[in-house]
Amino acid sequence: MKVLGRIALYAGLTLAALTFIYPFLWMASATFKPLAEVGTLALFPENPTFDNYRTMWARAPFGRALLNSMMVAGTITVSVLVFGSITAYAMARLRFRGSPVLNAVTMGVLLVPGQLTLIPMYTLIVQLGLIDTYAALILPYLFNATAILMMRQFFLQIPQSLIDSARMDGMGELRILFTIFWPLSRPVLSIVAIFTFMGSWNEVLWPLLVVREQQLMTLPQLLTVFSLGGGAGSIGVSLASAMVLVVPVVIAYAILQRNFIESMASSGVKG
Amino acid sequence: MRAEQRSGSLMAAPYVVFLLIFAAYPILFALVLVFLQWDLVTTPAFAGLDNVRLLANDGRFWRAVANTFVFLSIHLPLQIVTALTLALALNRRLVFLSFWRAAFFLPVVISGAVVAILWSNLYATDVGLINGLLVRIGLRPVPWLTDPSTAMPAIAAMVTWKNVGFYVIIYLAGLQYIPRSCREAIEIEGATTWQRFRHLTLPLLLPQTILVVTLSTINGFQLFIEPYVMTGGGPLRRTYSIVLYLYTNAFAYQKMGYAATIGVALAIIIGAVVFIQRRVIGRAEAL
Repeated sequence: MKVLGRIALYAGLTLAALTFIYPFLWMASATFKPLAEVGTLALFPENPTFDNYRTMWARAPFGRALLNSMMVAGTITVSVLVFGSITAYAMARLRFRGSPVLNAVTMGVLLVPGQLTLIPMYTLIVQLGLIDTYAALILPYLFNATAILMMRQFFLQIPQSLIDSARMDGMGELRILFTIFWPLSRPVLSIVAIFTFMGSWNEVLWPLLVVREQQLMTLPQLLTVFSLGGGAGSIGVSLASAMVLVVPVVIAYAILQRNFIESMASSGVKG
Repeated sequence: MRAEQRSGSLMAAPYVVFLLIFAAYPILFALVLVFLQWDLVTTPAFAGLDNVRLLANDGRFWRAVANTFVFLSIHLPLQIVTALTLALALNRRLVFLSFWRAAFFLPVVISGAVVAILWSNLYATDVGLINGLLVRIGLRPVPWLTDPSTAMPAIAAMVTWKNVGFYVIIYLAGLQYIPRSCREAIEIEGATTWQRFRHLTLPLLLPQTILVVTLSTINGFQLFIEPYVMTGGGPLRRTYSIVLYLYTNAFAYQKMGYAATIGVALAIIIGAVVFIQRRVIGRAEAL
């Protein structure tokens, strides 16, 4: 009886896992299928072809979009880590006027839904003349309230004696942060890095508003515009362009799976 | 210490500037925009309560609100039941535990745009994978995204599939906090598996359930890329979402005042719905 239960459990788990994985396998295989075969259930194409990839690459600047996405997500992640930790350090370890207010405001910011500020942010970007610039994609994300609060929480637990003795040695606050706090804070820094990068990598609504120039589009945006605008022309081509977005993420996820789950679950970020 | 004061203020200053530009200003200006008519080209004109009046009588807006409730009425129960079932299955000694967890979580890390494009193909009436399976077991193909009565449920099922791994992790964390002594005590009392689930596990998971409901609800009100990519809001506007309508007003019609009004209304609706949900769940618990 117990054995039967175990078998049923594993059968159920396998079925569930397949439900989540199989669509992606089907997608990967469809990109290697000629048009006539795409509708079939088979996982292995009978006449494998690279045509879908060739067409996709020739019709829209996906290489450029890949670079744009990496540049934008990379810059935002570095900024959130570096400037965010400077802020978090000040809030956690330095007494200055307005510090409690800043903490309260940061928590308040988390409660404001993005849709409330979407249009005013958009008109701001228009008025600053930043439509169709990288700045439009990056500036509104230079700081992240969730990240600051998480780092602040972590920094609060680091013993004061470390700061005191570093100050005695004549270290400035920034040096204390980057040479003493950073190495001790790897867990929280990696959590922040992953959810910030993923949030930016997958973001599509904001780029759709502020970028119209194809050369400046990030991957999810170009993919959306390309598939909707009929540029793709066929399922295989459209899915092949989606692969450019998926493959780097799946590779990173396969390697850092535990960190990904911990990071995204603790931040509430969902693609 | 003056030096500490000074470096503290200096280090926090960039963030304060950022908050003023990208939080305080947009929030205040959103409220100003409600009273303006502005196409971004000509000078903004004061419009009094025109935008609010228009919104109150705008059938398309209320259609989008109703669509969201249809979405939530399918998505919420489905999400809770699936997440809880998978979490309970994982909450024991298993071979390959981290593999199962990673598999369920996979769609969470994939961009919503990709998932939407992938599923428009899975749902495709003639060549879709799902109808292919249905035909193979002898059923008739279903026009998932082109039939007004199935389009929104299809999207709700897809979003559940995409996010469920996230909520499995939340429930798993909750399950790990249930003390072994409680389980043993209730087992000694002779409780059946169902009774144990109903009177011990489920009540103790209430904080997680509230979190799942809140996050899924907020997520549901922010539905955008799925209808944008999969249906364009159709058929018969049955999948038109509030954010899609907001985006269309801003981007296609250049109505900044009205789009901002929709944004403010959306924020109020989200706040109200989440507040009511928490009261209701809290009261159900008291019974």
